[in-house]
Formats: sequence, C-alpha cells, structure tokens
Amino acid sequence: MSARFDVVVVGAGPGGIAAATLAAEVGRRVCLIDDNATPGGQLWRGFRAETAANSLHGAGFLHWTSRLSKTTCEVCSGWQAVSLPAPGQLRIEREGESRDLSFERLIVATGARERFLPFPGWTLPGVTGAGGMQALLKAGLDARGKRVVVAGSGPLLLAVAAGLAHAGARVLGIHEQAPLARLAGFGLTLAAYPGKLVEGARYRLQTLRAPYRTGSWVVRAEGRERVERVTLTDGRKQWTTDCDWLACGFHLTPNLELPRLLGCRVADGYVAVDALRQSSAPGVFCIGELTGIGGLDKALLEGQIAGLAAAGRAAQAQALAGRLPRFLRFAERLDRAFALRPELRALCEPQTLVCRCEDVAYSAVKDCASRREAKLHTRCGMGACQGRVCGAATEFLFGWENTGGRPPVFPTQVSTLAAAAGTPESHD
Amino acid sequence: MVSMSEGVSITVNGLPVQVAEGASVAAAIMMARQPSRISVHGEPRAPLCGMGICMECRATVNGVPHSRSCKLTCAPGMTVVTE
Repeated sequence: MSARFDVVVVGAGPGGIAAATLAAEVGRRVCLIDDNATPGGQLWRGFRAETAANSLHGAGFLHWTSRLSKTTCEVCSGWQAVSLPAPGQLRIEREGESRDLSFERLIVATGARERFLPFPGWTLPGVTGAGGMQALLKAGLDARGKRVVVAGSGPLLLAVAAGLAHAGARVLGIHEQAPLARLAGFGLTLAAYPGKLVEGARYRLQTLRAPYRTGSWVVRAEGRERVERVTLTDGRKQWTTDCDWLACGFHLTPNLELPRLLGCRVADGYVAVDALRQSSAPGVFCIGELTGIGGLDKALLEGQIAGLAAAGRAAQAQALAGRLPRFLRFAERLDRAFALRPELRALCEPQTLVCRCEDVAYSAVKDCASRREAKLHTRCGMGACQGRVCGAATEFLFGWENTGGRPPVFPTQVSTLAAAAGTPESHD
Repeated sequence: MVSMSEGVSITVNGLPVQVAEGASVAAAIMMARQPSRISVHGEPRAPLCGMGICMECRATVNGVPHSRSCKLTCAPGMTVVTE
C-alpha cells in the first residue's frame, strides 16, 4: 500500500504538529506520522482535549491540536518510520503492517531522548530515566507515597521533581551534576530558570521542599531485585539514602537515526540546517531538538518555519526565521551549562553493564579502540535498542563517535523489510 | 494527563492490576512490581526510558511477544506476561 503526499512529517511532538499544521493550512497534502498512540510527543504526552486545559502547557496543546484538526492533514498515530525503500519514499510500520509514503518534502521532528550514563546498579528495576519517570507518570504510573531520588542533569530534573510531587510522591532530593558556579554563569540558577521551560515547576518547587543540590551526583544504586538505596556524592563526601525509585537522566540527546539515514549532515552533535531548517539532504527539513536542545518554544517556531518553507512559502518562512537566533542561543547556553563533569566517567566498576541489551560489562569494552571494535568483539550496541542507550554513554565515556545510520531505524518485521518498494528498482 | 476517575483492569503475570484509564502497559507492569523482562544474563529489568527507545519494557501483551509496553495503552482484560 502506498500513498502520495506533498509533505510528510515524522514526529507529532509540538514541532511536528506545528509543521504539519502550517503546511496543510496553505493547501498542501500532508501526512503526520508518529509512533505514539496519540499526538503530543514528550512534552504534551498523555494530554487529551477534555483534560488538557488544567495542565501546564495545556493551552498550547489545545491551540495546536485544534488547528491541526481543522486541516486535511492525515495523522497516522502508532506508526513507526523504519526505512527508505526508494528516494522520496518512507516506509512506516504498525503491528506488522507496512505502508510506503511518497513525499516531495520531508520534515523530520523526531525529538530527543535522554542521555543515560552507566553507574553500578543502574539496571535495577526502580531505576528509571528522569524524563523516563516523567513519561511514565504522564502514562498513568501511580506514584503516591513513593520515595524518589531525582538525579542527573538538565532543566528536566526540576520538571520531573515537580511532576512527582504533584503525583503524590515524596521527592527526597534533586541532584544536579553541574556545579552551581557554571549554572550561575549561564544565568541558569533556580531563581532565574529559563521562562517557560519550568515556569510551573518553579512555582511548585516552592511547596515541594525537596533540596535542589547542584554539584552532586549518583555514585551507585543498590538493592535486592530492585533499587532500595542510592549513594550520592558532592565530590568530597558520600552519603546513602533509602528510596523506592531513582529517576536519573543526563540531559537530552537528539534522535539522529532517521536524519543520518537520510544523509543529513550532522555537526557538533546536531543536524546542520539553514535558516529555513533545510538540511544538507535535498528536500529534507529537520526541526526541534534535532537542531539543538531548546525545548518547546524553539520547536514550535522551527515547526512553523519548516512547514511554510516545505509548502513553498519561503518569504513567510523567512519572516518567521528572524525570531530564531534568540532560541538558538538559549539552546547553546543549555548545552554548555549542563555539560557533563569528568568524574562521571569514573563511576563504572569492572562488572557494571554498559550495554543493557546484550549485558556487556565495562571491563569488556574499556580497552576497545572504537564503537565498531566493541560491537564486533563484545556485541556492545548490537541489541534491540540499536545502541540508542549505550551509544551516547560510550561517546561520553570513551569518545567513540556515534554515527550509526543503517536501516531499519527500528527493529521491524522481516515482512516489512522484504516488501518491494513502491517504485521500480533494480536489484541486480 | 491521564484521568484517574475511571479505571481499567488488566493482568500482569496473572496478577490483577487496576490502572487509570489511558495508562500505559509499562506503568501497569511497574505498579504490579513485576520485572518487564529478564536480561540475557538473567537479571530482572523494568521500564527505563518510558518513551519507546530503550527496549527494556518489552513484554508479551495479549500474546504478542516483544511488545514495547510503554507504547501500548491498557485495555480492559488485557493479558501481560513478562518472561
């Protein structure tokens, strides 16, 4: 089964929704695909029209989803982009069924994932990402009465702590690895936290009473069958806290698999784009966290720019692009402020797993010269997550460049891969 | 946000779990205090990323193995089996 569109948008977070909406509003035939059950991405995860008004960021969700619903854009929720069977074609899959979408322009808005770093005990049940915990809370996890340590890095920690407190958990502490002096230097202390990012979080933190401790980080998690306690340090002394859950993530890293497969040039960790968010791959636009971790406002603006540009409204797109530099500077500031401290490279013990999919220990990979050598000799990064978790970790630990970009971009059914492309292709 | 007003009942490894309407299967697995999978060396694992990236939450949902449980919404009577 195949279908033709002027514009295909991959990823229905705020940026993707804005892009699809703008392109469809000027009359283009648009398809928006996303692998979640409903549109919204991470920030608007779990939002529903009936209840969103009561949520922080709910107004933006209602504005954009209602605009999108008034267009002719076809929304394919629950579909995963898996490969490019031919130029100008995207193969998507849902529960073993596959479709090929033909496009003139492709807008990639695949967002970011958390960066995870290995430390002893990080594979224990009850240890989640920080954003992971937030996603699970939004997806109905009952946190009432749970004692939770929040740790890692990035503005997200505050939002997660606020979300936990709101859900009835007891937040024992928020441990930001970045030193206070660096956060202050970038104007990112708690008192001057970047506007909309944690507007609500700051408000709620006043009633949260959990200490926000900069310059501290997790040393290890321990427990039988699941996490029972966490040891933390400020670099001088260590202390141990009993807990039910540890929510730990180290800021965000963009989901570059699809852009790389499309041949988009990546520079300094992000997709290189022009003012209209066009990548080096002809007809392919990249927006949101793919071009710099900058949160909601940056993604919405880039979505509108790319949506208009992909629809051939370059002048209108150009006019909007004038507002971008402020958001791009903010994204750079975040990256520098939350850069990882070198002590985090020394957390692994020899038996600490680096690759959770294949259970590959630190001792097995530490002497490998490259990501490729580690793959060949230890299967590190060869498992089901395709290196999405250990790739960012080994990049930080060993400096191994993460350049993976092979199809399928997600584990898929053999039948999906085997299906012939919608256009004739030589297989000699 | 997920509404707590109405509930959905599913089973995880035979244990009944009551979750909010719209809750993900991964959330239900955590609430049942069951591991979502057993690793290649036999360790229990549970959801990590909550957003379909890490693959730790894969379970057999209504007979379909290796389903990313964080991507699935609980439906009444759903049967979840972790290894």
